[in-house]
Amino acid sequence: MSNVSVDATESAHNDNQPENNTRRRFLTVATSVVGGVGVVGAAVPFIASWNPSAKAKAAGADIEVDISGIEPGQLVRVMWRSKPVWIVRRTPEILEELGGHEDQLKDPNSEAEQQPTFAQNRFRSMKEEYLILVGICTHLGCSPQHLKDGAFEEYVEGVPDGFFCPCHGSKFDMAGRVFENVPAPLNLVVPPYQFVDDTTVIIGSEAEVA
Amino acid sequence: MNGFLGWIEERIPLMRVANMHAIQYPAPRNMNFWYVFGFLATIVLVNQIVTGIWLTMNFVPTSEGAFASVEYIMREIDYGWVIRYMHSTGASAFFIVVYMHMFRGMIYGSYQKPRELLWVFGMFIYLALMAEAFMGYVLPWGQMSYWGAQVIVSLFSAIPVIGPDLVIWIQGDYVISGATLSRFFALHVIALPLVIVILVFLHIIALHEVGSNNPDGVAIKHKKGSLPESEKTKYEIHEYYTSKYDIADDVLPFFPHIVLKDLVAFCIFLAAFTYIMFFAPEMGGKFLEHPNFEIANPLKTPEHIFPVWYFTPFYAILKAVPDKLFGVLAMFGAIAALFALPWVDRGRVKSWRYRCGLHKVNLIVFAIVFIFLGYLGGTPQENWKIIASQVATVMYFGFFVALFLYSKNENTKPVPERIPK
Amino acid sequence: MKKLMCFLAFFLPGVALAAGGNVHLDKAPIDLSDKASLQRGAQLFMNYCLGCHSMKYQRYQRSFQDLGIPDELGQEYLQFTGEKVTDYITRAMPEEAAAGWFGAAPPDLTLVSRVRGEDWIYTYLRSFYADDSRPFGVNNTVFPEVGMPHVLQPLQGTPTRTYEEQMVDGEMVKRYVGLKSDGKGSMSPDEYDQAVADIVNFLEYSGEPSKLESHKIGKWVLIFIAVLFVFVYLLKKEYWREVH
Repeated sequence: MSNVSVDATESAHNDNQPENNTRRRFLTVATSVVGGVGVVGAAVPFIASWNPSAKAKAAGADIEVDISGIEPGQLVRVMWRSKPVWIVRRTPEILEELGGHEDQLKDPNSEAEQQPTFAQNRFRSMKEEYLILVGICTHLGCSPQHLKDGAFEEYVEGVPDGFFCPCHGSKFDMAGRVFENVPAPLNLVVPPYQFVDDTTVIIGSEAEVA
Repeated sequence: MNGFLGWIEERIPLMRVANMHAIQYPAPRNMNFWYVFGFLATIVLVNQIVTGIWLTMNFVPTSEGAFASVEYIMREIDYGWVIRYMHSTGASAFFIVVYMHMFRGMIYGSYQKPRELLWVFGMFIYLALMAEAFMGYVLPWGQMSYWGAQVIVSLFSAIPVIGPDLVIWIQGDYVISGATLSRFFALHVIALPLVIVILVFLHIIALHEVGSNNPDGVAIKHKKGSLPESEKTKYEIHEYYTSKYDIADDVLPFFPHIVLKDLVAFCIFLAAFTYIMFFAPEMGGKFLEHPNFEIANPLKTPEHIFPVWYFTPFYAILKAVPDKLFGVLAMFGAIAALFALPWVDRGRVKSWRYRCGLHKVNLIVFAIVFIFLGYLGGTPQENWKIIASQVATVMYFGFFVALFLYSKNENTKPVPERIPK
Repeated sequence: MKKLMCFLAFFLPGVALAAGGNVHLDKAPIDLSDKASLQRGAQLFMNYCLGCHSMKYQRYQRSFQDLGIPDELGQEYLQFTGEKVTDYITRAMPEEAAAGWFGAAPPDLTLVSRVRGEDWIYTYLRSFYADDSRPFGVNNTVFPEVGMPHVLQPLQGTPTRTYEEQMVDGEMVKRYVGLKSDGKGSMSPDEYDQAVADIVNFLEYSGEPSKLESHKIGKWVLIFIAVLFVFVYLLKKEYWREVH
């Protein structure tokens, strides 16, 4: 301690200087360590309070969707965690086309981690018939349009159905896979989901492995 | 690292300021238990600001949402209840600490020359603190929040001519309402905290300019050249002080000695504070009043309306005077009297250790009267309490009158030149 | 004069009770750590109270978790109108109708324990008695002229104020001795007391769900501060040794 400059001749109370220093240093370090633990402990409530509250968790909870009313070829939109989620009932024709343009796709085999493991296939879904995607373009976040019955062909020759993002022109096929030469870098995200039965799907979590 | 610190020091004198005010500041070596409360007050201030910021992250300052948002914080935010109770306990702790701090000033004459301005700054902090606490209590929008605000704001209608219009202007509406809540929110969250922080800063600057008093009221800074080398302090004190005075061997450097002493006090304070926080945050209804757990209802007046405990002495004085305007004047007069203390006390001897026995009695009676007034102001009205609060009010002001009278030619003991060993 | 004093001395306590002045409150025998009691209290509350009273600052799921009730069981036994488990506990009655039907809207009960205290609620729920002059046929010694019907009547039956004739100084004086149930409820007086205690326990929990956790954490905080104090004190003593 530089401000404790004690005159050596006034040493009535300084006889044990060396021992003092060791004891002082030990106590200072020990107190600082305990004090530091206290500071960390005191910080816990403040940092923890930033976690999602019960209200946020309730709003972000899984949603249950009844898919029995979806017509073949139809897209239904639901909100999950404030994001649009599409459920598309694909026709057999659409499913057949999926293999026909894989040389034009950036990531045809879904190698980037944009989907749960059950969706790492050509169809990017658990059941071939139903495609479930988060409807947010992987470029800068706009919501692409669903173009069907040939409307998509003006953007990609020979591909009648797909998703086209109007903001910067990104294009995705009917499995949500992104085409080459567009700004978006990745396939559309497949959220975790599970089928309760043939007509009900829960979006937000996968089924627990038995 | 020295190079870096040196680079900073050339451009902004952080080390010089730290040395002057926090490390090499000369503190009297006889500072006792009464001297920890200034430090504790700063700690509580920091606590209120930090927990206040965190509460503001989730509090909704509208009459529709305020009450529910407090319960949201208590139940749905992780550890929100910890932060809420730190803030509510801190509010009461602030006043306990500040009252002790003020009483120290009174018994040791720390308000006397040259510390009159220091005392005045302190009184302004006290005023700002009362306004801050009053507005803060309105925010949860419980029954006591609403009706306490209703009663206190309507006091202003006692002012002649402009009174009733003034009340409407303060409320922002014809009654206490959401308009009042949102403006109190703004004042409580940023306006008054800024004022308090600035005042505390000025308070400490004023203190360091004249130096700290001590329990014996003995000077530790002597005329330059008046002390022989053997009697000067051996500790390294900043030249801002040593260049102007001879600092006697009655001081300790603020760091580490006083800091460590304050840390011991802090541990004891923290134990009491956290005990209350975790085991008794309501303190039997004194820190968090029971009616305030019911949402504000303009159509239903609570059976008993009291302010929170730290206002109760002044509330008792207000109720003691039968006339509305004079009651308000008496209440504010009680605080004004404290402002005037440096001039009411005409004595020159600072500490009650060396003053006449009457002064000691006067001070102790004052403390007892203040606490008794608090009891009277915070409990349901009864007949005997009306007379009692009138007597106590007279005794409260009587402290100042008596002090003014006997301090002129007081029978004091000789004050030593140096702090007694 | 003495006769008048005796007369008054016997009647005044009854009058005081009727006036609702300083009513004697029984101690509520509750224990927040008794999860079984809290669960029974929750069930009683949802069955008997939620029709008119809300608990709107608390979410179902929070109560389920703190009481150790799995979500599915809670939904089956404690939720009746198809809410999600994360919803707030709102009442079945529409808001606008509430005030109209009862004079004053039945208050929300989330925080009633912090406003009234557990002893008050415990005594209140056991102090209803038959009174034909009231709209619902009952009055209450703790809360005179209360607008609430005796919702727990199926459990307690309907108490009446009972008096005893006593000979005092040669005169027959009617002395109030308390409330006695007509025995038409499904529970015995002891069972009813326990049921009310369970409800009060649940209300005490609901008023401040963090209380149990608070005591647990507080204990460790105080132990930590004691340890810190030892080190700080020794360090202070070490540096102050040279100061006399």
